[in-house]
Parts: sequence; C-alpha cells; structure tokens
Amino acid sequence: MGATMKMSIEELEEQARIIRRDIITCTTIAGSGHPSSSLSGVEIMAALYFGGIMQFDPANPQWEERDRLIMSKGHASPLLYVVLAHAGYFSTDLLPTLRQIESPLEGHPNMSRLPGVEASTGSLGQGLSIGLGHAFAALIDKRDSHVFVILGDGEQDEGQIWEAAMTAAHYNLDNVTAIVDHNKAQQTGWVRDVLDYAPLADKWRAFQWDVQEIDGHDLATVATALQRAKATEGRPSCIIAHTVKGKGVSFVEADYSYHGKALTEEEEQRALEELGWQ
Amino acid sequence: MAVELKMGKATRDAFGVALREAGSTNPDIVVVDGDVNNSTRTEWFAQEFPERFINVGIAESNLVGIGAGLAACGKLPVIASFACFIMCNGYDQLRMSIAFPNLNVKVVGSHAGISIGEDGPSQMAIEDVALALGLPTFSVIVPADEPSTHKAVAAMLEAAGPAYMRVGRPDVPMVYGDDPEFTLGKANELRSGNDITLIANGLMVAAALEAAHALAEDGVEARVLDMHTVRPLDVEAVTRASRETGKIVVAEEHLVQGGLGSVVAMVAVEHAPCAMAFVGVENTYAESGDAAALLQKYGLTAQHIVAKARSLL
Repeated sequence: MGATMKMSIEELEEQARIIRRDIITCTTIAGSGHPSSSLSGVEIMAALYFGGIMQFDPANPQWEERDRLIMSKGHASPLLYVVLAHAGYFSTDLLPTLRQIESPLEGHPNMSRLPGVEASTGSLGQGLSIGLGHAFAALIDKRDSHVFVILGDGEQDEGQIWEAAMTAAHYNLDNVTAIVDHNKAQQTGWVRDVLDYAPLADKWRAFQWDVQEIDGHDLATVATALQRAKATEGRPSCIIAHTVKGKGVSFVEADYSYHGKALTEEEEQRALEELGWQ
Repeated sequence: MAVELKMGKATRDAFGVALREAGSTNPDIVVVDGDVNNSTRTEWFAQEFPERFINVGIAESNLVGIGAGLAACGKLPVIASFACFIMCNGYDQLRMSIAFPNLNVKVVGSHAGISIGEDGPSQMAIEDVALALGLPTFSVIVPADEPSTHKAVAAMLEAAGPAYMRVGRPDVPMVYGDDPEFTLGKANELRSGNDITLIANGLMVAAALEAAHALAEDGVEARVLDMHTVRPLDVEAVTRASRETGKIVVAEEHLVQGGLGSVVAMVAVEHAPCAMAFVGVENTYAESGDAAALLQKYGLTAQHIVAKARSLL
C-alpha cells in the first residue's frame, strides 16, 4: 500500500526550513554542488512529498501504483536527496556523504544506486520525455499513477522539452504535470539575458497544456496548484512556479554567480542564521 | 565458380515480421516510432497491437527518452527509426537516459549503411556501430540476412539490458537456411578453412562467402565467420581464427574505423596477433546512386575482400 504524507501548512513551512538547512549543510560539507538551484524548489518538493499530493511508499520504492517525481534539473540533486531522506527512502545519515566516492548520492541523480530516484538525470532536457514514458506505461496498464517532472528554467532552452510538450498534448496525457522552477537565473547569467524566451506561459499554452502561473514559495498556493494539476482531465498540466534562486539566503538570492558553488563554512553559518537555525 | 545464394528479404522486413510475432507472445513489448514505421516495418506490429504502439513524430531525442521511461516501468520498449537518425539525433538521450541507467530498451536502426542507395548520404548510417560501441552497457547486433535476423530479434528481446540492432533496406542474399543457429555473442562459422579467415557482418557476410569461393579457385581455403554480435564479441572465435589461420580480413558496411574491424583487431592484438586487413567505408561519405554501384565504388564487394585477402597471402 502507498502512503501519503499530509502535513499542515505550518508543518510544511517548518519542513521547508529543515530541507533548506540540510541542502546548505550537505553541499558545504561536499565543497561543491548546486545549493542555489536546490533552494528555489524547496516548497514545490515539500508540497509534493509532505503536502498530500504524491502517493508513494518508501518501504516499497517500486510500488507500481506510485506517483512519480522526475528531477529533470538534475543539478538540484541536493534538494532531491534531502527530501527523499526525510520522506524515508534512506537515512539522513547519508546526506553528509554527498558527492564522495562510494556514496550513492552522486553529483547528479543515479537511479541505479538510490531508492526513490526515478530517473538518472544531469544532461538537461531529458526528464520530461522520460516522464512521458512513465505516463504511457500507466495508460497501457490502466494505472492511476501521476507523473510530476521538475524542469529548470534554463532547461527550457533545450529543444527536447518542446518535442515532449507536443507529444504529451497530442496524446492528451493528463497524468503528466511539468513544474518549471522559474528562478530566473542560469549558469552564466539571468535567463532573460542568456536566452530570452519570454513569454514562457504563452508558449506552454500554445503547446496546448493547462497552464498555471504561481508564487512557487507560497506553500498553500503551491499545494493547491499541484492538486488542480493532478485533477486536470484531457490534457497535461504545466505549473510555472515563480521562484527565487537561492531562496532564503539573502546574499545568494542577490547573486546568480552562486550557481554551482557550495557556501563556505563562514557563509554557511550566515545562511543558517538567516534561516533561524542559530 | 560463383556461389549461388538465394535472394531473401531485407533484414528490416525480417525485423518487422519477428517483432509482430514477438508481440503476440510478449504483452510487455511497446514499440515507439519516429514516424518512419512504414520504412522500419514496425507498422506490422502497429497494425496488430495499436494499443502498444506510439508514433511520437519526427523527434528522435524525445523518442529515446520515452523508451527509457517505459523500460523503467517494466515494459519492453522497442524503439526504431533510421539508424542515422536514432543514433545521431538521439545519442545524448541513449547515453544518459538508457545506457547509463542500464535500462532494458531495444534500439533498432534501419536503412543502415550505404546500400540504401538513391536517398544519399544524409540517410546513410556509416557510424552507427561506432556510436553504439560508445554506450558501454549496450549489446550491438548486426545480422546478415532474413533468417538470421528473425532469430536475432527473438534473441535480443530475450536478453536483458539495452541493445542496438542495425538492419538494412535492400533485399539481401540468404547465407542461412530456414532455422539457423543463433546465439548472441557467438560467431557462426559458415565455411571452414585454415589459410585465412574472413570475418564479416551484415550484408558483407554474403560477400565474404563469395570471396571465399573465389579464393578457393586459387587453392586458398578461407574460413568465413558471421560476426553478427559486435558486443559482446566472440573472443574465442577471433583468437582461434588468428591462431589457426594466421591472417584475418574483416569486412563491414560501416566506416572502417570504430566498428567491427576495430574491435576484432583489438582482441587479436591482445590474444593472438596476426596479419590483418580491413574492408569498409574509407574515411568518406558516399553519394546517391544504385546500391550495387555504390557498394562497388566504395569498396564493399567480394572482389574487394579478395584483393585484401591476397595482400595478406
């Protein structure tokens, strides 16, 4: 049987604060990784796993009827690992081994080595197509499983995303929800400066998806949008979650050049203070 | 005296028939197509099992990714397009979404080699085997004719793990009878001989047999091996050929670098070095034209194998 964890909004907010702490701590111990890309998606992941949205069973990771989460922006692996650990897929004791040799917590997710990881990702643009494969399998087997795919906003540059978007709409895959973590920054600059693809929501609408644009850090809003996406019939859903890269840590929020950089121990202390941990 | 081989159907036709047959016994098979099902022959599966057939349009990257997701859910996806499009356009996806997580996806590339003829170089895969060999978890299979392709498809579907199979467009001579022995990773000896060994796959197997008969007229007894599986390679057969015949010619309808010749040479060098020569497409793209004329112009005939063999004798 699958379990669904359903916390109150207050509990979710505290869970989000815990997730942020662990993202910062494990990447600082590792000395590398993508904490800022992880911090922007915290509320989305908290709502999915702890807000009663996803059906899953950590004791039986291959439970057929489960909902799937595919982290297409694989560099947000710290976010994925911290959430999976707190959801019960593996011990939080593993988190400090992030990126070390022999650790299953690799720099980018490796589905062969860690329960709960539904796809190996890290080469951008591929997660939505993989999600479609899960969605087609559910249709063929007449299962209710819903597939959530978290996409980066820099990742929207990849053509494969739009191939998958056309296919999902053509086949009316209403068991697929794409969530764009729209944190406005990518490796070398702001999204609008690197490759300005605005208007993003209009693009997804033109591809015949049901589109919601939301504040990706307001837990109640995020949870409501995910519920609606899951219930939408006849076409796939896209949630464009407006987020802030590095959310919760002021000096990271202000500076896109933190992409792909762990905080130093001194910065870690300042960040944890801002989050109310000391 | 020339060998008289009976003409058979194209290997893509045999693939289409075998796939449809497998569909009726294995409900897990799902076929994903890049809008070329009437060329790759997956349309025969589609006609019988429409609920297990997905045409994603002309979008090979997405096609490969969907295959990965299906396999992660326990399906047995067979994803097919022209060899050059699925291998070249879908390569990063083959690497990241299938090979790295070692998912059980069967990739079939049709219209391989230069024998597609008039459509020209943009449609000719001459590098697909090299690319497949760059995916370390993949088996790589290049069957020779209609009967052996039929068996190869069944064997590929039976085996665990990702695989790439290359099939061709034109009808090809049959080097086997109705029910050939076929074991993945085990070469078939089609002709015995101890003076030289001709190792080939795909449509070059028939050419190798013809070459062996030509050599026999000069009293040279050539062993002929159908090396249908490029990986895992039959190391024992190569080593034995090297030790017992002392000379090897490898022939393939592929760039001479990076395919069967390269892996056979590596095994020979490591286990039993011998004199070797290679028949393949030499560092060039071909052109449009009649298939037979192209094979002649670009050096892929029995006569070319004979010439290389004589250079070693």
